[in-house]
Amino acid sequence: MTDAVLKSRLDKRPIQEPTAWDRLKVNRNWLGVWFMVPAAAFLILFLAYPLGLGVWLSFTDAKIGRTGEFVGLENYEWLMDDSTFLLSVFNTILYTTVASVIKFAVGLYLALLLNERLPFKAILRAVVLIPFIVPTVLSAIAFWWIFDPQFSIISWSLKKAGLISTNIDFLGDIWNARWSVIFANIWRGVPFVAITLLAGLQTVSPSLYEAATIDGATTWQRFRYITYPLLTPIIAVVMTFSVLFTFTDFQLIWVMTRGGPVNATHLMATLSYQRAIIAGSLGEGAAISTAMIPFLLAAIMVSWFGLQRRKWQQGGDND
Amino acid sequence: MTDLLANKVADPKTTLHGSSAAADDASEGMSYLESLPRRLVTLYLPLGIIMVVLLFPFYWMALTSIKPDEQLLDFETYSPFWTWNPTLKHIAKLLFETEYPVWLWNTMLIATCATALSIFASVLAAYAIVRLRYKGAQWVGGAIFLAYLVPPSILFIPLSTVVFQYGLFDTPFALILTYPTILIPFSTWLLMGYFKTIPFELEECALIDGASRWQILVKIVLPLAIPGLISAFIFCFTLCWNEFIYALTFISSTQYKTVPVAIVTALVDGDIYRWGSLMAGAMIGSLPLVILYAFFVEHYVSAMTGAVKE
Repeated sequence: MTDAVLKSRLDKRPIQEPTAWDRLKVNRNWLGVWFMVPAAAFLILFLAYPLGLGVWLSFTDAKIGRTGEFVGLENYEWLMDDSTFLLSVFNTILYTTVASVIKFAVGLYLALLLNERLPFKAILRAVVLIPFIVPTVLSAIAFWWIFDPQFSIISWSLKKAGLISTNIDFLGDIWNARWSVIFANIWRGVPFVAITLLAGLQTVSPSLYEAATIDGATTWQRFRYITYPLLTPIIAVVMTFSVLFTFTDFQLIWVMTRGGPVNATHLMATLSYQRAIIAGSLGEGAAISTAMIPFLLAAIMVSWFGLQRRKWQQGGDND
Repeated sequence: MTDLLANKVADPKTTLHGSSAAADDASEGMSYLESLPRRLVTLYLPLGIIMVVLLFPFYWMALTSIKPDEQLLDFETYSPFWTWNPTLKHIAKLLFETEYPVWLWNTMLIATCATALSIFASVLAAYAIVRLRYKGAQWVGGAIFLAYLVPPSILFIPLSTVVFQYGLFDTPFALILTYPTILIPFSTWLLMGYFKTIPFELEECALIDGASRWQILVKIVLPLAIPGLISAFIFCFTLCWNEFIYALTFISSTQYKTVPVAIVTALVDGDIYRWGSLMAGAMIGSLPLVILYAFFVEHYVSAMTGAVKE
């Protein structure tokens, strides 16, 4: 019956050949291009182009207000002999390694704790994330105050407890300053690691643990042979992001120490800001930023293989 | 398959409430094996310590901002951990004697504009990648994920010359137009996940009824993707508020600065009692985000875990 109705309608209308324009209007490639225009414009103008420009600048002697001449690898040769730069590379690697390892350990531990049966579970989990949502600069200022050389609340409490006799110079001493900024970074990063790993933990079925317990597995074995393998894919991704953002950190250092004392906490990002924007040698600063790219690529590779493994483990398709 | 994906996206909600079907099933489970003293040592004690460490800086921030000057630095006569005579002096000084309200307004304006622009661009891009599936859509999706991994710290030097060339230096537009480079990759990736959960059949029906792609997007896909849009919006807004290095590099006049930059550059002076107003500034600067977060915790968590899981 439907056919009959359709047919009678169609008969009344003259049949029109679709014009080229009509065809183009529903062509998915043509439409796709137009839908992509706004995003592509932003990403090409303000991301891809500057990324290429950054690499180009690192081969020039550009200064602020003056376009540079091509000088080849001179900036890099210069940096190789620059002890401040080498120190900043050391600092960045130390900062990233120590902070990431501790963030992972504490984050995983916190996720396991939050996965237990608890009173006020929802509130606890919501509160854990607060350090992550408060702007880093603002919490860094709070840490700056907590680590004040004269009026630090930590020094005061330790003195009251009789553990130390003089104030700790948190940000004035080379190694103290390093540990202090690493602590602040860990403090900020743990919630992210914990909450994302918690999301992964909740996909693990409790019956696996029950079965393992019946088979006589200890708590450690349950963690090692059930939780950890099932969590590996999400750990890979979370840790890639964590490493990436720790490695390129700028805010915490800039607010708390500005790279001091004696460049002991300069990371590559803060040093490039110092050289390029404050001292004005764009070329040299760009060379420092460009030197970060190989490390970032390594992190991306890890992420990529983590994702690949996830698909393989779930036996699923790419969706 | 759609169910599976829907579960995947709905999952973050259970992250907060911890009551997925599987967990309910084991409400008793093996927990009878654990006695209270044992739970006290292995669970409540470490959890308590971690929570105290995580929250202490905020307590200290809030307390410092309401302490009167004489108690601010004198820990011996007054207990440093509490105050019986709170004062609003620091907050009043901040709001009426500095340009703080202007900075707050700048931050809000820049964050809102940049977020709106990014969401607009991301919705179109995500829809095209997921549903139009034009030639090479998969590659573009991958490229956008890679763009997400490019950190601002390696872009700010060349971007500063670009911003200067375009004549945007020291205007709010420098930030409104550069923030989307951080936001678009993230929100596109997030929205792609949401759009995939919307049944394709709905669109087919609309196509047969003669709707154009634009109509389908506006009238069918977007209303169904509202939770995803809220997640993307909140996360982008937070990222904008948090951004520091671009704002520090591209803005030099005080009246255009955003809160994080202004606090560090304009509010820090030689006064030894500055801590009161600094902490007040930090607290007020974080409050809008904390309030927003309190209302949309679930969306926020789903944005964060969604981006990692996809």
